[in-house]
Amino acid sequence: MGPAALSEPNRLHGSKTRREKWIQRFFLAAGGFSVLAMLLIVVFLFKEGIWLFATVSIPDFLFGQAWYPTYEPADFGIAPLIVGSLVVTAVSSLIAVPLGVAVALYLAEVATHRVREWMKPAVELLASLPSVVLGFVGMVVLAPLMQEWLDIPSGLNILNASLMLAIMAIPTITSISEDALHAVPRELKEASLALGATRWETLTRVLLPGALSGIGTAVILGMSRAMGETMVVLMVAGGAAQIPSSIFDSVRPLPATIAAEMGETPFGSEHYYALFAIGMVLFLITLGFNLVAAHISRRYQQKGASTL
Amino acid sequence: MKFKLVAMSLMVAGLAGLPAWAAGDSVSITGSTTVLPVAQKAAEVFMKKNPQVNVTVAGTGSGDGIKAIIDRTCDIGNSSRQMKDKEQALAKEKGVDVKEFTVALDCIVPVVNPVNPVKDLSMAQLKEIYTGKIKNWKEVGGEDKPVVVVSRDSSSGTFEVWNEMVLKKERVRPDAQLQASNGAVAQAVAGNKYAIGYVGIGYLNPKVKALTVGGVMASPETARNKTYPVARGLYMYTCGEPQGQTKAYLDFVLSPEGQKLAQGEGFVPVK
Repeated sequence: MGPAALSEPNRLHGSKTRREKWIQRFFLAAGGFSVLAMLLIVVFLFKEGIWLFATVSIPDFLFGQAWYPTYEPADFGIAPLIVGSLVVTAVSSLIAVPLGVAVALYLAEVATHRVREWMKPAVELLASLPSVVLGFVGMVVLAPLMQEWLDIPSGLNILNASLMLAIMAIPTITSISEDALHAVPRELKEASLALGATRWETLTRVLLPGALSGIGTAVILGMSRAMGETMVVLMVAGGAAQIPSSIFDSVRPLPATIAAEMGETPFGSEHYYALFAIGMVLFLITLGFNLVAAHISRRYQQKGASTL
Repeated sequence: MKFKLVAMSLMVAGLAGLPAWAAGDSVSITGSTTVLPVAQKAAEVFMKKNPQVNVTVAGTGSGDGIKAIIDRTCDIGNSSRQMKDKEQALAKEKGVDVKEFTVALDCIVPVVNPVNPVKDLSMAQLKEIYTGKIKNWKEVGGEDKPVVVVSRDSSSGTFEVWNEMVLKKERVRPDAQLQASNGAVAQAVAGNKYAIGYVGIGYLNPKVKALTVGGVMASPETARNKTYPVARGLYMYTCGEPQGQTKAYLDFVLSPEGQKLAQGEGFVPVK
């Protein structure tokens, strides 16, 4: 006993804080690394893409109607590609959002425990389907059927691509929406039912508004997934660089253009820079989506039961 | 000024001296991206057989391959077209005796769905279909149905041949469906009754029907005797008679085994 015994717990305490400090540093490094990787990718993208604008003006690039990158003289107008991307994203959202939210409502509130037990993993399994498999299904199975049934010139079109993208987006939308529904305070639901509201009324007027911010985030993230998806649109959207006039027209979304042309483009050519510039545009669009999602989840956040 | 000139001529002399120094146990190849898979595949097998030799293959473009041979900065320059007169004059001016080797043939075949009754199209008809002047199959003796044009992405070598020989560099109609590979074109045509596409001869399969062009069916023979119109040679150029490992590599490419490798990449062997 004496001074030595007294310092013992202090030393222990000291080594614990030191260890915690190291753990903290490790996590800071891990977080910092992903931010750094993100920054480097953005810098690289812009560093390569910006050179295009030495020869092609920004309005000609964004609003030009013709994409003929390898001709003499070349045209680098990406308006048809942007429209193609937006159209498949919009149509796939029209399909995926109602379905995805409905599945989430069903799983969270209606399904019995046994049904939920197998249906939830089944929906999540959809998310693990490789996109190339979906693309293959769309190309080999759906496209000929669609052409036969609807008697249209080609089954590789906006509708086909949107259906495949919707299948990819549904699991994202469903699982985030379901989490949001579960996060609605239980007493709200109980109070609503106790006041004599039917289950339908409780679902649509209490739970759904309560989970709105989460569902909004889910929808935007699902859309951003559809926007950036490459393989499916490369395989089933048809790849025609035109502004479509119906949902049975072929389009050529932005990611498909990069994927199809990058492999054989001479390094350092105008075409090469143009593909990077397309990457910039794509990045800015998905960044926009994510900012909107962040804004929605902050703005409409449900804070307890009081704000409903 | 004088100093600059001396320095430059020294540099040129240095560059010119490079292949002679490198000729020992390494072969450097550059040029056409269309020839690249053939050169690459041959290089892999060649190096396995001759582990002491290092063959490097770069894909930059036909013009670049020829330029590299004229400038003597590589041992073999690949090209998917023959040297132009201008390039030959430049080579003569620089005192380079360029030797040409045809290592394979690239033969592109128009394909339609097997249910399509059309069997033959002329070069002019193909051009009008791809530029959008002909939009209905009945204009070329088929059913009264729209033509769905399937093309390759415009940076591919296959498209380059089609663009040069069939389209004569006119623009493909903008609603043409662009596919990223020969296989994808065949797949798209196999799945669509109204579609027309084109693939390298190595990618024909029973699910698509090959059309004759101006009455000539594409085949290794018709490509070699030049009766089939949509075919071109793939060339390797050397600076003077090839020697040492460069000669060994070229001999391998032209050997039955090397030609089989070219065939495996979808091209037509020369012999």
